[in-house]
Amino acid sequence: MTVKQEKQFSSARIAIELVDVKKSFGNQQVLSGVNLQVEEGTTTVIVGASGQGKSVILKHMLGLMKPDAGQIKVFGQDVASASRRQLKEIRKDFGVLFQNVALFDSMTIYDNVALPLRERTEAGEEEIRANVEEKLNMMDLHGVHEKFPAQISGGMQKRVGLARALVLDPKIVFFDEPTTGLDVLKSNEIYRLFHDTQARLRYTAVIVSHDVPKIFKLSDRVALLAEGVIQSSISPEEFQRSDNPLIRHFVETTMGPIYSSEKEETAPL
Amino acid sequence: MFSFFEKIGDHGLYYLEQAGRMGLFLLACVWRMVTPPYKLFPAVRQIHFIGARSIFVILFTGGFTGMVLALQGYYTLRKFGSEGLLGAAVALSLIRELGPVLAALMVVGRAGSAITAEIGIMRNSEQIDALECMAIDPCRYLMVPKFIAGIVSLPLLTAVFDMVGILGGYLVGVMMLGVNGGTYFQGMYSSVDWNDIEMGLVKSLVFGLLIVWIATAKGYFLHWERSGGFGAEGVSRTTTSAVVLASVTVLVWDYLLSAIML
Ligand SMILES: Nc1ncnc2c1ncn2[C@@H]1O[C@H](COP(=O)(O)OP(=O)(O)O)[C@@H](O)[C@H]1O
Ligand SMILES: [Mg+2]
Repeated sequence: MTVKQEKQFSSARIAIELVDVKKSFGNQQVLSGVNLQVEEGTTTVIVGASGQGKSVILKHMLGLMKPDAGQIKVFGQDVASASRRQLKEIRKDFGVLFQNVALFDSMTIYDNVALPLRERTEAGEEEIRANVEEKLNMMDLHGVHEKFPAQISGGMQKRVGLARALVLDPKIVFFDEPTTGLDVLKSNEIYRLFHDTQARLRYTAVIVSHDVPKIFKLSDRVALLAEGVIQSSISPEEFQRSDNPLIRHFVETTMGPIYSSEKEETAPL
Repeated sequence: MFSFFEKIGDHGLYYLEQAGRMGLFLLACVWRMVTPPYKLFPAVRQIHFIGARSIFVILFTGGFTGMVLALQGYYTLRKFGSEGLLGAAVALSLIRELGPVLAALMVVGRAGSAITAEIGIMRNSEQIDALECMAIDPCRYLMVPKFIAGIVSLPLLTAVFDMVGILGGYLVGVMMLGVNGGTYFQGMYSSVDWNDIEMGLVKSLVFGLLIVWIATAKGYFLHWERSGGFGAEGVSRTTTSAVVLASVTVLVWDYLLSAIML
Protein backbone atom coordinates (compact mmCIF):
# COMPACT_ATOMS: atom_id res chain seq x y z
CA MET A 1 0.00 0.00 0.00
CA THR A 2 2.95 2.28 -0.44
CA VAL A 3 1.36 3.74 -3.53
CA LYS A 4 -1.57 5.03 -1.56
CA GLN A 5 0.55 6.70 1.06
CA GLU A 6 2.67 8.51 -1.47
CA LYS A 7 -0.48 9.75 -3.13
CA GLN A 8 -1.50 11.68 -0.06
CA PHE A 9 1.31 14.13 -0.63
CA SER A 10 0.79 14.79 -4.29
CA SER A 11 -2.98 15.01 -4.36
CA ALA A 12 -3.38 18.74 -4.15
CA ARG A 13 -4.54 19.35 -7.69
CA ILE A 14 -8.07 18.61 -8.90
CA ALA A 15 -7.97 16.60 -12.10
CA ILE A 16 -11.68 16.43 -12.81
CA GLU A 17 -14.52 18.42 -11.36
CA LEU A 18 -18.21 18.09 -12.12
CA VAL A 19 -20.44 20.95 -11.04
CA ASP A 20 -24.21 20.47 -11.05
CA VAL A 21 -24.25 18.40 -14.21
CA LYS A 22 -27.71 17.67 -15.51
CA LYS A 23 -28.68 15.44 -18.39
CA SER A 24 -31.97 14.10 -19.70
CA PHE A 25 -32.80 11.89 -22.65
CA GLY A 26 -36.25 12.88 -23.85
CA ASN A 27 -38.23 13.09 -20.63
CA GLN A 28 -36.01 10.66 -18.72
CA GLN A 29 -33.77 12.62 -16.39
CA VAL A 30 -30.61 10.58 -15.91
CA LEU A 31 -28.33 13.05 -14.14
CA SER A 32 -30.00 15.63 -11.93
CA GLY A 33 -27.18 17.73 -10.57
CA VAL A 34 -24.04 15.63 -10.29
CA ASN A 35 -21.15 17.04 -8.26
CA LEU A 36 -17.84 15.23 -8.07
CA GLN A 37 -14.18 16.03 -7.58
CA VAL A 38 -11.36 13.73 -8.60
CA GLU A 39 -7.94 14.54 -7.20
CA GLU A 40 -4.88 14.07 -9.34
CA GLY A 41 -3.13 10.76 -8.90
CA THR A 42 -6.00 9.09 -7.05
CA THR A 43 -8.40 6.34 -7.97
CA THR A 44 -12.07 7.13 -7.83
CA VAL A 45 -14.60 4.35 -8.23
CA ILE A 46 -18.12 5.16 -9.35
CA VAL A 47 -20.58 2.52 -8.22
CA GLY A 48 -24.32 2.26 -8.58
CA ALA A 49 -27.06 -0.03 -9.87
CA SER A 50 -27.04 -0.56 -13.59
CA GLY A 51 -28.94 1.96 -15.68
CA GLN A 52 -28.27 4.75 -13.20
CA GLY A 53 -26.11 6.69 -15.65
CA LYS A 54 -22.55 5.73 -14.73
CA SER A 55 -21.53 5.38 -18.36
CA VAL A 56 -23.30 8.64 -19.07
CA ILE A 57 -21.12 10.37 -16.47
CA LEU A 58 -17.98 8.97 -18.09
CA LYS A 59 -19.14 10.09 -21.52
CA HIS A 60 -19.59 13.58 -20.15
CA MET A 61 -16.07 13.57 -18.76
CA LEU A 62 -14.78 12.42 -22.15
CA GLY A 63 -16.68 15.15 -23.96
CA LEU A 64 -18.69 12.59 -25.94
CA MET A 65 -21.93 13.92 -24.45
CA LYS A 66 -22.87 17.49 -23.67
CA PRO A 67 -24.69 18.25 -20.42
CA ASP A 68 -28.00 20.09 -20.42
CA ALA A 69 -26.60 22.23 -17.62
CA GLY A 70 -23.51 22.36 -15.42
CA GLN A 71 -19.77 22.22 -15.91
CA ILE A 72 -17.24 19.47 -16.40
CA LYS A 73 -13.74 20.70 -15.76
CA VAL A 74 -10.63 18.74 -16.61
CA PHE A 75 -7.55 20.37 -15.12
CA GLY A 76 -9.63 23.53 -14.83
CA GLN A 77 -10.83 23.59 -18.42
CA ASP A 78 -14.53 23.20 -19.16
CA VAL A 79 -15.08 20.23 -21.46
CA ALA A 80 -18.71 21.07 -22.12
CA SER A 81 -18.01 24.45 -23.66
CA ALA A 82 -14.65 23.59 -25.26
CA SER A 83 -14.20 23.95 -28.99
CA ARG A 84 -13.29 20.88 -31.03
CA ARG A 85 -9.67 21.95 -31.01
CA GLN A 86 -9.56 22.51 -27.25
CA LEU A 87 -11.32 19.22 -26.71
CA LYS A 88 -8.68 17.50 -28.78
CA GLU A 89 -5.97 19.04 -26.61
CA ILE A 90 -7.74 17.95 -23.41
CA ARG A 91 -8.18 14.43 -24.74
CA LYS A 92 -4.48 14.07 -25.35
CA ASP A 93 -4.19 13.41 -21.61
CA PHE A 94 -6.86 10.70 -21.69
CA GLY A 95 -6.77 6.96 -21.92
CA VAL A 96 -10.04 5.06 -22.11
CA LEU A 97 -11.06 1.47 -21.64
CA PHE A 98 -14.63 1.24 -22.92
CA GLN A 99 -17.28 -1.01 -21.47
CA ASN A 100 -17.28 -3.07 -24.67
CA VAL A 101 -13.54 -2.45 -25.23
CA ALA A 102 -14.15 -0.91 -28.68
CA LEU A 103 -11.02 -2.31 -30.28
CA PHE A 104 -10.77 -1.61 -34.00
CA ASP A 105 -12.00 -4.95 -35.21
CA SER A 106 -10.53 -4.81 -38.69
CA MET A 107 -7.01 -4.14 -37.38
CA THR A 108 -4.55 -6.52 -35.80
CA ILE A 109 -3.79 -6.32 -32.09
CA TYR A 110 -0.46 -4.74 -32.89
CA ASP A 111 -2.00 -2.08 -35.12
CA ASN A 112 -4.66 -1.35 -32.52
CA VAL A 113 -2.07 -0.48 -29.92
CA ALA A 114 0.16 1.28 -32.45
CA LEU A 115 -2.62 3.47 -33.83
CA PRO A 116 -2.42 6.30 -31.27
CA LEU A 117 1.32 6.46 -31.79
CA ARG A 118 1.01 6.51 -35.56
CA GLU A 119 -1.70 9.15 -35.62
CA ARG A 120 -0.69 11.36 -32.75
CA THR A 121 3.10 11.32 -32.71
CA GLU A 122 5.88 11.68 -35.21
CA ALA A 123 7.54 8.49 -34.00
CA GLY A 124 9.14 6.20 -36.58
CA GLU A 125 8.18 2.54 -36.93
CA GLU A 126 11.20 1.41 -34.86
CA GLU A 127 10.23 3.56 -31.92
CA ILE A 128 6.58 2.59 -32.27
CA ARG A 129 7.48 -1.10 -32.28
CA ALA A 130 9.53 -0.73 -29.11
CA ASN A 131 6.75 1.11 -27.33
CA VAL A 132 4.00 -1.26 -28.45
CA GLU A 133 6.08 -4.31 -27.50
CA GLU A 134 6.69 -2.83 -24.08
CA LYS A 135 3.00 -2.20 -23.43
CA LEU A 136 1.93 -5.59 -24.73
CA ASN A 137 4.55 -7.28 -22.57
CA MET A 138 3.39 -5.26 -19.60
CA MET A 139 -0.07 -6.75 -20.18
CA ASP A 140 1.36 -10.29 -20.49
CA LEU A 141 0.24 -10.47 -24.10
CA HIS A 142 2.60 -12.61 -26.12
CA GLY A 143 2.27 -13.99 -29.62
CA VAL A 144 -1.01 -12.24 -30.40
CA HIS A 145 0.40 -9.33 -32.39
CA GLU A 146 -0.93 -10.47 -35.73
CA LYS A 147 -4.28 -11.70 -34.47
CA PHE A 148 -7.52 -9.79 -34.83
CA PRO A 149 -9.65 -8.79 -31.83
CA ALA A 150 -12.33 -11.36 -32.66
CA GLN A 151 -9.71 -14.12 -32.48
CA ILE A 152 -8.74 -13.58 -28.84
CA SER A 153 -10.65 -14.08 -25.59
CA GLY A 154 -12.61 -11.42 -23.75
CA GLY A 155 -9.99 -11.12 -21.02
CA MET A 156 -7.25 -10.65 -23.59
CA GLN A 157 -9.32 -8.03 -25.40
CA LYS A 158 -9.60 -6.07 -22.17
CA ARG A 159 -5.84 -6.24 -21.74
CA VAL A 160 -5.29 -5.07 -25.30
CA GLY A 161 -7.73 -2.26 -24.58
CA LEU A 162 -5.72 -1.36 -21.51
CA ALA A 163 -2.47 -1.44 -23.49
CA ARG A 164 -4.01 0.86 -26.09
CA ALA A 165 -5.32 3.20 -23.40
CA LEU A 166 -1.88 3.45 -21.78
CA VAL A 167 0.31 3.60 -24.86
CA LEU A 168 0.65 7.39 -24.84
CA ASP A 169 1.21 7.65 -21.07
CA PRO A 170 -2.06 9.44 -20.31
CA LYS A 171 -2.61 11.53 -17.19
CA ILE A 172 -6.16 10.31 -16.65
CA VAL A 173 -7.45 6.85 -17.46
CA PHE A 174 -11.15 5.99 -17.56
CA PHE A 175 -12.38 2.44 -17.08
CA ASP A 176 -15.97 1.53 -17.80
CA GLU A 177 -16.70 -1.76 -16.07
CA PRO A 178 -13.26 -3.24 -16.81
CA THR A 179 -14.08 -6.66 -15.40
CA THR A 180 -17.73 -7.18 -16.25
CA GLY A 181 -18.16 -10.46 -18.08
CA LEU A 182 -14.84 -11.90 -16.90
CA ASP A 183 -14.39 -14.77 -14.50
CA VAL A 184 -12.78 -14.24 -11.10
CA LEU A 185 -9.26 -15.17 -12.21
CA LYS A 186 -9.33 -12.93 -15.23
CA SER A 187 -10.77 -9.99 -13.37
CA ASN A 188 -8.12 -10.39 -10.66
CA GLU A 189 -5.58 -10.30 -13.47
CA ILE A 190 -7.03 -7.04 -14.76
CA TYR A 191 -6.93 -5.55 -11.26
CA ARG A 192 -3.35 -6.63 -10.82
CA LEU A 193 -2.40 -5.02 -14.14
CA PHE A 194 -4.27 -1.90 -13.19
CA HIS A 195 -2.45 -1.73 -9.88
CA ASP A 196 0.97 -2.35 -11.44
CA THR A 197 0.54 0.14 -14.23
CA GLN A 198 -0.82 2.81 -11.98
CA ALA A 199 2.10 2.38 -9.63
CA ARG A 200 4.44 2.75 -12.56
CA LEU A 201 2.72 5.43 -14.63
CA ARG A 202 1.01 7.41 -11.84
CA TYR A 203 -2.16 8.21 -13.70
CA THR A 204 -5.41 9.43 -12.22
CA ALA A 205 -8.03 6.72 -12.56
CA VAL A 206 -11.80 6.89 -12.78
CA ILE A 207 -13.35 3.43 -12.65
CA VAL A 208 -16.96 2.46 -13.10
CA SER A 209 -17.41 -0.92 -11.54
CA HIS A 210 -19.86 -3.43 -10.14
CA ASP A 211 -17.14 -5.41 -8.49
CA VAL A 212 -17.93 -4.50 -4.91
CA PRO A 213 -16.20 -4.98 -2.51
CA LYS A 214 -13.09 -6.12 -4.38
CA ILE A 215 -12.74 -2.82 -6.13
CA PHE A 216 -12.65 -1.00 -2.78
CA LYS A 217 -9.16 -2.34 -2.17
CA LEU A 218 -7.91 -0.39 -5.14
CA SER A 219 -9.77 2.83 -4.62
CA ASP A 220 -9.09 6.05 -2.76
CA ARG A 221 -12.60 7.39 -3.18
CA VAL A 222 -15.92 5.68 -3.69
CA ALA A 223 -18.75 7.60 -5.32
CA LEU A 224 -22.24 6.18 -5.33
CA LEU A 225 -24.51 7.29 -8.14
CA ALA A 226 -28.15 6.93 -7.15
CA GLU A 227 -31.26 8.87 -8.08
CA GLY A 228 -29.31 10.97 -10.55
CA VAL A 229 -26.92 12.33 -7.93
CA ILE A 230 -23.50 11.36 -6.61
CA GLN A 231 -24.27 10.47 -3.00
CA SER A 232 -20.74 10.51 -1.70
CA SER A 233 -17.13 10.69 -2.63
CA ILE A 234 -15.46 9.22 0.41
CA SER A 235 -12.91 6.60 1.30
CA PRO A 236 -13.99 2.95 1.06
CA GLU A 237 -13.82 2.60 4.85
CA GLU A 238 -16.10 5.59 5.36
CA PHE A 239 -18.33 4.32 2.59
CA GLN A 240 -18.92 1.02 4.34
CA ARG A 241 -19.70 2.78 7.62
CA SER A 242 -21.82 5.56 6.16
CA ASP A 243 -25.31 6.12 7.52
CA ASN A 244 -26.66 7.68 4.35
CA PRO A 245 -29.68 5.41 3.69
CA LEU A 246 -28.94 5.04 -0.02
CA ILE A 247 -25.35 4.04 0.66
CA ARG A 248 -26.42 1.68 3.41
CA HIS A 249 -28.92 0.12 1.07
CA PHE A 250 -26.27 -0.26 -1.63
CA VAL A 251 -23.72 -1.72 0.78
CA GLU A 252 -26.24 -4.16 2.22
CA THR A 253 -27.58 -5.37 -1.12
CA THR A 254 -24.21 -5.72 -2.82
CA MET A 255 -21.99 -6.79 0.03
CA GLY A 256 -24.13 -8.36 2.72
CA PRO A 257 -24.54 -12.05 2.03
CA ILE A 258 -22.16 -12.20 -0.91
CA TYR A 259 -19.25 -10.78 0.99
CA SER A 260 -19.15 -13.62 3.49
CA SER A 261 -19.20 -16.25 0.76
CA GLU A 262 -16.33 -14.59 -1.05
CA LYS A 263 -14.11 -14.29 1.99
CA GLU A 264 -11.88 -17.14 0.97
CA GLU A 265 -11.00 -15.38 -2.27
CA THR A 266 -7.47 -14.10 -2.31
CA ALA A 267 -7.05 -10.40 -2.69
CA PRO A 268 -5.74 -9.21 -6.03
CA LEU A 269 -2.91 -7.26 -4.47
CA MET B 1 -56.41 15.53 -37.84
CA PHE B 2 -54.17 17.63 -35.66
CA SER B 3 -51.80 14.80 -35.05
CA PHE B 4 -51.58 14.26 -38.79
CA PHE B 5 -50.09 17.72 -39.31
CA GLU B 6 -47.95 17.24 -36.24
CA LYS B 7 -46.56 14.08 -37.79
CA ILE B 8 -45.79 15.80 -41.06
CA GLY B 9 -44.07 18.63 -39.24
CA ASP B 10 -42.15 16.16 -37.15
CA HIS B 11 -40.95 14.26 -40.22
CA GLY B 12 -40.14 17.51 -41.97
CA LEU B 13 -38.04 18.73 -39.06
CA TYR B 14 -36.24 15.42 -38.83
CA TYR B 15 -35.28 15.41 -42.49
CA LEU B 16 -34.25 19.04 -42.34
CA GLU B 17 -32.06 18.29 -39.35
CA GLN B 18 -30.60 15.24 -41.07
CA ALA B 19 -29.86 17.27 -44.19
CA GLY B 20 -28.17 19.95 -42.09
CA ARG B 21 -26.04 17.40 -40.29
CA MET B 22 -24.99 15.75 -43.52
CA GLY B 23 -24.22 19.11 -45.08
CA LEU B 24 -21.96 20.14 -42.22
CA PHE B 25 -20.35 16.71 -42.32
CA LEU B 26 -19.54 17.20 -46.02
CA LEU B 27 -17.99 20.60 -45.33
CA ALA B 28 -15.92 19.18 -42.48
CA CYS B 29 -14.63 16.33 -44.63
CA VAL B 30 -13.82 18.49 -47.63
CA TRP B 31 -12.05 20.98 -45.38
CA ARG B 32 -9.91 18.23 -43.90
CA MET B 33 -9.23 16.87 -47.35
CA VAL B 34 -7.68 20.12 -48.55
CA THR B 35 -5.72 20.99 -45.41
CA PRO B 36 -2.55 19.22 -44.21
CA PRO B 37 -1.39 16.79 -42.96
CA TYR B 38 -1.87 14.75 -46.12
CA LYS B 39 -1.49 11.02 -45.86
CA LEU B 40 -0.90 9.08 -49.02
CA PHE B 41 -1.04 5.46 -47.94
CA PRO B 42 -4.58 5.34 -46.50
CA ALA B 43 -5.91 7.01 -49.66
CA VAL B 44 -4.11 4.48 -51.84
CA ARG B 45 -5.66 1.66 -49.86
CA GLN B 46 -9.11 3.10 -50.38
CA ILE B 47 -8.47 3.64 -54.08
CA HIS B 48 -7.60 -0.02 -54.23
CA PHE B 49 -10.87 -0.88 -52.53
CA ILE B 50 -13.24 1.55 -54.26
CA GLY B 51 -11.44 1.71 -57.59
CA ALA B 52 -9.29 -1.27 -58.41
CA ARG B 53 -11.62 -3.86 -56.93
CA SER B 54 -14.54 -2.46 -58.93
CA ILE B 55 -12.74 -3.03 -62.23
CA PHE B 56 -14.21 -6.43 -62.95
CA VAL B 57 -17.81 -5.37 -62.52
CA ILE B 58 -17.13 -2.23 -64.57
CA LEU B 59 -15.59 -4.24 -67.43
CA PHE B 60 -18.54 -6.55 -67.43
CA THR B 61 -21.31 -3.97 -67.29
CA GLY B 62 -19.48 -1.60 -69.63
CA GLY B 63 -19.04 -4.31 -72.24
CA PHE B 64 -22.66 -5.38 -72.19
CA THR B 65 -23.94 -1.81 -72.15
CA GLY B 66 -21.96 -1.05 -75.31
CA MET B 67 -23.20 -4.24 -76.92
CA VAL B 68 -26.85 -3.56 -76.26
CA LEU B 69 -26.45 0.06 -77.34
CA ALA B 70 -25.05 -1.10 -80.66
CA LEU B 71 -27.81 -3.66 -81.05
CA GLN B 72 -30.63 -1.22 -80.32
CA GLY B 73 -28.92 1.63 -82.15
CA TYR B 74 -28.41 -0.47 -85.24
CA TYR B 75 -32.09 -1.33 -85.60
CA THR B 76 -33.15 2.27 -85.03
CA LEU B 77 -30.55 3.81 -87.31
CA ARG B 78 -31.21 1.29 -90.07
CA LYS B 79 -34.75 2.62 -90.39
CA PHE B 80 -33.23 5.91 -91.52
CA GLY B 81 -30.52 4.27 -93.50
CA SER B 82 -27.82 5.77 -91.35
CA GLU B 83 -26.04 2.77 -89.86
CA GLY B 84 -22.82 4.71 -90.40
CA LEU B 85 -23.67 6.85 -87.37
CA LEU B 86 -23.63 3.82 -85.08
CA GLY B 87 -20.15 4.55 -83.73
CA ALA B 88 -21.07 8.12 -82.90
CA ALA B 89 -24.34 7.10 -81.26
CA VAL B 90 -22.71 4.49 -79.08
CA ALA B 91 -19.80 6.71 -78.08
CA LEU B 92 -21.89 9.79 -77.29
CA SER B 93 -24.44 7.88 -75.23
CA LEU B 94 -21.66 6.27 -73.25
CA ILE B 95 -19.44 9.27 -72.73
CA ARG B 96 -22.12 11.82 -71.92
CA GLU B 97 -24.60 9.72 -70.04
CA LEU B 98 -24.41 6.01 -69.51
CA GLY B 99 -20.75 5.75 -68.63
CA PRO B 100 -20.78 8.11 -65.64
CA VAL B 101 -24.22 7.03 -64.43
CA LEU B 102 -23.84 3.29 -64.71
CA ALA B 103 -20.29 3.28 -63.36
CA ALA B 104 -21.56 5.37 -60.43
CA LEU B 105 -24.44 3.00 -59.77
CA MET B 106 -22.08 0.04 -59.82
CA VAL B 107 -19.80 1.76 -57.32
CA VAL B 108 -22.81 2.57 -55.12
CA GLY B 109 -23.74 -1.08 -55.06
CA ARG B 110 -20.26 -2.41 -54.58
CA ALA B 111 -18.38 0.14 -52.49
CA GLY B 112 -21.04 2.52 -51.19
CA SER B 113 -22.90 -0.17 -49.31
CA ALA B 114 -19.65 -1.51 -47.88
CA ILE B 115 -18.60 1.94 -46.69
CA THR B 116 -21.90 2.58 -44.90
CA ALA B 117 -21.77 -0.81 -43.24
CA GLU B 118 -18.15 -0.37 -42.17
CA ILE B 119 -18.63 3.09 -40.68
CA GLY B 120 -21.99 2.15 -39.21
CA ILE B 121 -20.54 -0.83 -37.39
CA MET B 122 -17.72 1.34 -36.10
CA ARG B 123 -20.28 3.81 -34.80
CA ASN B 124 -22.36 1.07 -33.21
CA SER B 125 -19.48 -0.59 -31.42
CA GLU B 126 -18.14 2.73 -30.09
CA GLN B 127 -15.03 2.54 -32.28
CA ILE B 128 -15.71 6.06 -33.49
CA ASP B 129 -16.07 7.26 -29.89
CA ALA B 130 -12.79 5.51 -29.15
CA LEU B 131 -11.09 7.41 -31.97
CA GLU B 132 -12.41 10.70 -30.64
CA CYS B 133 -11.24 9.90 -27.14
CA MET B 134 -7.78 9.18 -28.50
CA ALA B 135 -7.84 12.68 -29.99
CA ILE B 136 -7.86 11.17 -33.48
CA ASP B 137 -10.22 13.02 -35.78
CA PRO B 138 -12.60 10.43 -37.29
CA CYS B 139 -13.30 12.63 -40.31
CA ARG B 140 -9.64 12.98 -41.13
CA TYR B 141 -8.69 9.45 -40.27
CA LEU B 142 -11.65 7.52 -41.68
CA MET B 143 -13.46 9.71 -44.17
CA VAL B 144 -10.84 11.73 -46.02
CA PRO B 145 -9.13 8.70 -47.62
CA LYS B 146 -12.52 7.50 -48.83
CA PHE B 147 -13.39 10.91 -50.27
CA ILE B 148 -10.09 11.08 -52.12
CA ALA B 149 -10.60 7.55 -53.39
CA GLY B 150 -14.11 8.34 -54.61
CA ILE B 151 -13.02 11.44 -56.47
CA VAL B 152 -10.00 9.73 -58.02
CA SER B 153 -11.61 6.40 -58.82
CA LEU B 154 -14.90 7.37 -60.38
CA PRO B 155 -13.48 9.26 -63.39
CA LEU B 156 -11.03 6.44 -64.04
CA LEU B 157 -13.69 3.76 -63.75
CA THR B 158 -15.93 5.81 -66.01
CA ALA B 159 -13.17 6.04 -68.60
CA VAL B 160 -12.74 2.28 -68.48
CA PHE B 161 -16.49 1.82 -68.75
CA ASP B 162 -16.68 4.07 -71.82
CA MET B 163 -13.79 2.35 -73.51
CA VAL B 164 -15.01 -1.16 -72.93
CA GLY B 165 -18.49 -0.05 -73.97
CA ILE B 166 -17.17 1.27 -77.26
CA LEU B 167 -15.36 -2.00 -77.86
CA GLY B 168 -18.53 -3.91 -76.99
CA GLY B 169 -20.37 -1.78 -79.51
CA TYR B 170 -17.71 -2.62 -82.08
CA LEU B 171 -18.08 -6.30 -81.36
CA VAL B 172 -21.83 -6.25 -81.98
CA GLY B 173 -22.07 -3.50 -84.56
CA VAL B 174 -19.10 -4.33 -86.74
CA MET B 175 -18.36 -7.97 -86.17
CA MET B 176 -21.90 -9.26 -85.81
CA LEU B 177 -24.16 -6.83 -87.65
CA GLY B 178 -21.73 -5.95 -90.40
CA VAL B 179 -21.31 -2.19 -90.02
CA ASN B 180 -18.07 -1.04 -91.59
CA GLY B 181 -15.30 -0.87 -89.00
CA GLY B 182 -13.71 2.26 -90.41
CA THR B 183 -17.06 4.03 -90.50
CA TYR B 184 -17.73 3.03 -86.89
CA PHE B 185 -14.61 4.76 -85.63
CA GLN B 186 -14.69 7.61 -88.17
CA GLY B 187 -18.20 8.60 -87.05
CA MET B 188 -17.03 8.57 -83.48
CA TYR B 189 -13.94 10.60 -84.27
CA SER B 190 -15.84 13.35 -86.04
CA SER B 191 -18.74 13.70 -83.61
CA VAL B 192 -17.21 13.37 -80.14
CA ASP B 193 -15.59 16.62 -79.04
CA TRP B 194 -14.05 17.97 -75.87
CA ASN B 195 -17.39 19.17 -74.46
CA ASP B 196 -18.67 15.64 -74.36
CA ILE B 197 -15.61 14.38 -72.57
CA GLU B 198 -15.83 17.28 -70.16
CA MET B 199 -19.43 16.54 -69.35
CA GLY B 200 -18.60 12.92 -68.60
CA LEU B 201 -15.63 13.93 -66.49
CA VAL B 202 -17.53 16.50 -64.44
CA LYS B 203 -20.37 14.07 -63.87
CA SER B 204 -18.08 11.32 -62.70
CA LEU B 205 -16.22 13.64 -60.33
CA VAL B 206 -19.46 14.88 -58.80
CA PHE B 207 -20.86 11.36 -58.54
CA GLY B 208 -17.69 10.19 -56.81
CA LEU B 209 -18.07 12.89 -54.20
CA LEU B 210 -21.81 12.31 -53.76
CA ILE B 211 -21.51 8.56 -53.36
CA VAL B 212 -18.79 8.70 -50.74
CA TRP B 213 -20.53 11.55 -48.95
CA ILE B 214 -23.85 9.75 -48.63
CA ALA B 215 -22.26 6.42 -47.79
CA THR B 216 -19.99 7.78 -45.06
CA ALA B 217 -22.52 10.22 -43.60
CA LYS B 218 -25.22 7.57 -43.35
CA GLY B 219 -22.85 5.31 -41.44
CA TYR B 220 -21.47 8.11 -39.30
CA PHE B 221 -24.92 9.29 -38.22
CA LEU B 222 -26.28 5.80 -37.78
CA HIS B 223 -27.29 6.59 -34.20
CA TRP B 224 -29.53 9.40 -35.44
CA GLU B 225 -31.43 7.18 -37.85
CA ARG B 226 -35.15 7.62 -37.37
CA SER B 227 -35.92 3.95 -37.79
CA GLY B 228 -33.38 3.12 -35.06
CA GLY B 229 -29.78 2.45 -36.02
CA PHE B 230 -29.20 -0.23 -33.44
CA GLY B 231 -27.56 -3.60 -33.83
CA ALA B 232 -27.07 -5.66 -36.94
CA GLU B 233 -30.53 -4.82 -38.22
CA GLY B 234 -29.92 -1.11 -37.81
CA VAL B 235 -26.75 -1.40 -39.87
CA SER B 236 -28.47 -3.38 -42.60
CA ARG B 237 -31.43 -0.99 -42.75
CA THR B 238 -29.18 2.03 -42.89
CA THR B 239 -27.03 0.44 -45.58
CA THR B 240 -30.09 -0.21 -47.69
CA SER B 241 -31.33 3.32 -47.30
CA ALA B 242 -27.87 4.69 -48.12
CA VAL B 243 -27.79 2.68 -51.36
CA VAL B 244 -31.25 3.89 -52.33
CA LEU B 245 -30.48 7.50 -51.45
CA ALA B 246 -27.16 7.45 -53.28
CA SER B 247 -28.66 5.89 -56.41
CA VAL B 248 -31.50 8.39 -56.52
CA THR B 249 -29.11 11.27 -55.85
CA VAL B 250 -26.86 10.16 -58.71
CA LEU B 251 -29.79 10.13 -61.13
CA VAL B 252 -31.14 13.48 -59.97
CA TRP B 253 -27.72 15.11 -60.23
CA ASP B 254 -27.23 13.51 -63.62
CA TYR B 255 -30.28 15.37 -64.82
CA LEU B 256 -29.25 18.62 -63.16
CA LEU B 257 -25.72 18.50 -64.55
CA SER B 258 -26.97 17.66 -68.04
CA ALA B 259 -29.40 20.56 -67.88
CA ILE B 260 -26.71 22.95 -66.71
CA MET B 261 -24.03 21.88 -69.14
CA LEU B 262 -26.06 21.44 -72.30
N1 LIG C 1 -27.55 7.90 -26.02
C1 LIG C 1 -28.59 7.69 -25.21
N2 LIG C 1 -29.84 7.99 -25.61
C2 LIG C 1 -30.89 7.78 -24.81
N3 LIG C 1 -30.81 7.28 -23.58
C3 LIG C 1 -29.61 6.95 -23.11
C4 LIG C 1 -28.42 7.13 -23.90
N4 LIG C 1 -27.36 6.72 -23.18
C5 LIG C 1 -27.85 6.31 -22.00
N5 LIG C 1 -29.19 6.44 -21.95
C6 LIG C 1 -30.05 6.10 -20.80
O1 LIG C 1 -29.43 6.58 -19.64
C7 LIG C 1 -29.57 5.63 -18.59
C8 LIG C 1 -28.22 5.36 -17.97
O2 LIG C 1 -27.43 4.62 -18.88
P1 LIG C 1 -25.95 4.15 -18.54
O3 LIG C 1 -25.13 5.32 -18.20
O4 LIG C 1 -25.50 3.32 -19.68
O5 LIG C 1 -26.16 3.24 -17.26
P2 LIG C 1 -25.03 2.50 -16.42
O6 LIG C 1 -25.07 3.13 -15.08
O7 LIG C 1 -25.48 1.07 -16.35
O8 LIG C 1 -23.74 2.66 -17.12
C9 LIG C 1 -30.23 4.41 -19.16
O9 LIG C 1 -31.55 4.39 -18.70
C10 LIG C 1 -30.20 4.61 -20.64
O10 LIG C 1 -31.41 4.18 -21.19
MG1 LIG D 1 -22.54 1.38 -18.26
